[in-house]
Amino acid sequence: MNIFVCVSHVPDTTTKVQVGGDGKAIDPAGVTYILNPYDEYAVEAGLQLKEARGGEVTIVCVGPDAVKETIRKGLAMGADKGLHVVAAEPRDSFGTAKAIADALKDRAADVVFCGRQSIDYDGWQMSGLLGEMLSIPSVSVAAKLDIAEDGSFTAERDIEGGQETITSKLPAVISAQKGLNEPRYPKLQGIMQAKRKPIEDVEPVPYENRVEVLEMSKPPIKEAGKIVGEGPDAVKELVRLLHEEAKVI
Amino acid sequence: MSILVVTEQRDGKVKKASYEAVRTAAKIAGEMGTTVTAVLFGADEAAAKGMGGYGAAKTLHIADDRLNLYANGAYVKAVAQAAEKEGSDVVMMPATALGKDLAPRLAVRMDGAVAPDVTDISVDGGDITAVRPVYAGKALIKVKINSAKKVFTLRPNVFSAGEAGGDEAAVEAFAPELGDEDFVTKSTGTSIASGKLDVTEAVNIVSGGRGLQGPEHWQLVEGLAEVLGAATGASRAVVDAGWRPHAEQVGQTGKTVSPNLYVALGISGAIQHLAGMSSSKCIVAVNKDKDAPIFQVADYGIVGDVFEVVPALTEELKNHIGS
Ligand SMILES: Cc1cc2nc3c(=O)[nH]c(=O)nc-3n(C[C@H](O)[C@H](O)[C@H](O)COP(=O)(O)OP(=O)(O)OC[C@H]3O[C@@H](n4cnc5c(N)ncnc54)[C@H](O)[C@@H]3O)c2cc1C
Ligand SMILES: Cc1cc2nc3c(=O)[nH]c(=O)nc-3n(C[C@H](O)[C@H](O)[C@H](O)COP(=O)(O)OP(=O)(O)OC[C@H]3O[C@@H](n4cnc5c(N)ncnc54)[C@H](O)[C@@H]3O)c2cc1C
Repeated sequence: MNIFVCVSHVPDTTTKVQVGGDGKAIDPAGVTYILNPYDEYAVEAGLQLKEARGGEVTIVCVGPDAVKETIRKGLAMGADKGLHVVAAEPRDSFGTAKAIADALKDRAADVVFCGRQSIDYDGWQMSGLLGEMLSIPSVSVAAKLDIAEDGSFTAERDIEGGQETITSKLPAVISAQKGLNEPRYPKLQGIMQAKRKPIEDVEPVPYENRVEVLEMSKPPIKEAGKIVGEGPDAVKELVRLLHEEAKVI
Repeated sequence: MSILVVTEQRDGKVKKASYEAVRTAAKIAGEMGTTVTAVLFGADEAAAKGMGGYGAAKTLHIADDRLNLYANGAYVKAVAQAAEKEGSDVVMMPATALGKDLAPRLAVRMDGAVAPDVTDISVDGGDITAVRPVYAGKALIKVKINSAKKVFTLRPNVFSAGEAGGDEAAVEAFAPELGDEDFVTKSTGTSIASGKLDVTEAVNIVSGGRGLQGPEHWQLVEGLAEVLGAATGASRAVVDAGWRPHAEQVGQTGKTVSPNLYVALGISGAIQHLAGMSSSKCIVAVNKDKDAPIFQVADYGIVGDVFEVVPALTEELKNHIGS
């Protein structure tokens, strides 16, 4: 199986986001970057598939040089090699997908795994964009996956209030939801080996962003509300406030 | 020319988030001197006409049994054909599980782009601009789509559907041309816990955290939720502990919610939890630690033990709602 896993290089979840000087993106100063948490499920799914069926797992990332460290995190988990689409300028989601689709189109992928969401731009759209660009099926937010020998597969995706069972067949793009598996931790040996695994660089076709960021701002700061009181005695006053002031009941 | 809105129904009932999208699109269409055409898969003629109550001039009603369950390839083709027929450059839909799956494929098919999960949308000098939260709501970006074809998904519960009123929509039966190849990927069924509200669709939410001390105490959360007609949510700590299902998790790696009322019981208010719920309209917190960060986003707080406060609150609300 020729397995690709797309990963994104994102600020750690505890980052205090500050708007940068151009007013259109965050200030990267002091930000620690991690492998996007959902992509750990995607990497694990790729590794498990390889362990079951054989083949090769390639980690794919679009971005500047700094993303190589994130590709190495996937390699440290056990993937075989990396594919770095070297895009120095920020791209929107369409442009990112286009860069990946161009890089993959002649590589005969059997399956492309993504995470459900990149926790920077929270787009939830990469698997659909990629599937359409590569003219292959896509299934998003898969919390369960069962791939048969003939490449037909069943996935369960989370929907409002429950799950939806989807059937489809490879080659396909599948985005991973928490619950799909338990991602393994990289072992020291894996981290050492990752340093020597090959990462191929490819140049993307120039692209003009379709989605233009006009400005980035911080959401209005919510003023800390009032402490109504302590213990059960405060309940009467709370209900009054919810009814008369907040008008939510 | 019209703005196309993809609507959803479940068991014949149109989802509230779809009405919100129709209403919002109608406002934008009004400012741009055009109208709204709703696309409805399934349901009946009355539901199709009913789109008018929320501002749609017309409904393309698709009655095709193959589309009763979601199939992204077929849905994309059907909507793209509808957009072509109506000459629509702009398509909107709610950012539901279906909308989030459909929108990106549709955008590529139409040679456009998506602005996903927007929380504000307006017309600015002839262009549509939209605001969307990024970095789990820690920042907002105002965006404009520069391609001719534009797809927007609207975060549920943020835009108002308003009251139904006004004329019925003109209903036109629409039969998209679909082949077997469009059903390679398809839903074969759903399992939806009956009577259980999903946190993303609920008007009110009561969530519990580690302060509840064990799954056996969840009747406190459920009791309060019942009086409020609320869905139950949870922090990641209790989901990881196996006390509650992941479907209930609110936060950066769970669900993003914006209900009218969010009640946090025994939840500390970690940054990743706040990411999922800080856009709630009114937040109430009960926590025994007066310095818990949840109090910094709560509109109203009670410092106290959930085991004492919650039963009293449930009782008081019963009396209040009863009277
Ligand atoms: C309007 C806009 C402006 C942007 N501006 C900037 C910017 O100024 N600076 C900047 O660094 N980035 C920028 N980005 C890019 C962003 O960091 C993402 O890499 C990319 O756009 C995907 O974002 P998303 O939220 O739509 O992905 P999602 O659809 O949420 O991601 C789902 C999955 O796609 C895969 N994926 C996502 N991104 C990549 C990637 N880069 N390489 C490989 N796989 C990936 C992962 O598997 C991920 O889990 C911008 C994006 C947008 C939409
Ligand atoms: C990558 C990443 C992603 C994450 N994603 C999420 C996410 O999506 N959602 C999420 O929720 N978390 C998420 N977290 C975890 C988050 O950091 C917190 O650990 C978690 O939210 C804590 O849950 P809690 O508030 O229930 O527990 P705690 O932090 O342990 O808080 C329990 C609270 O209950 C109070 N308490 C105790 N006993 C009582 C009592 N008898 N009466 C009243 N109050 C009481 C305590 O004072 C305390 O404030 C994530 C973390 C990481 C690293």
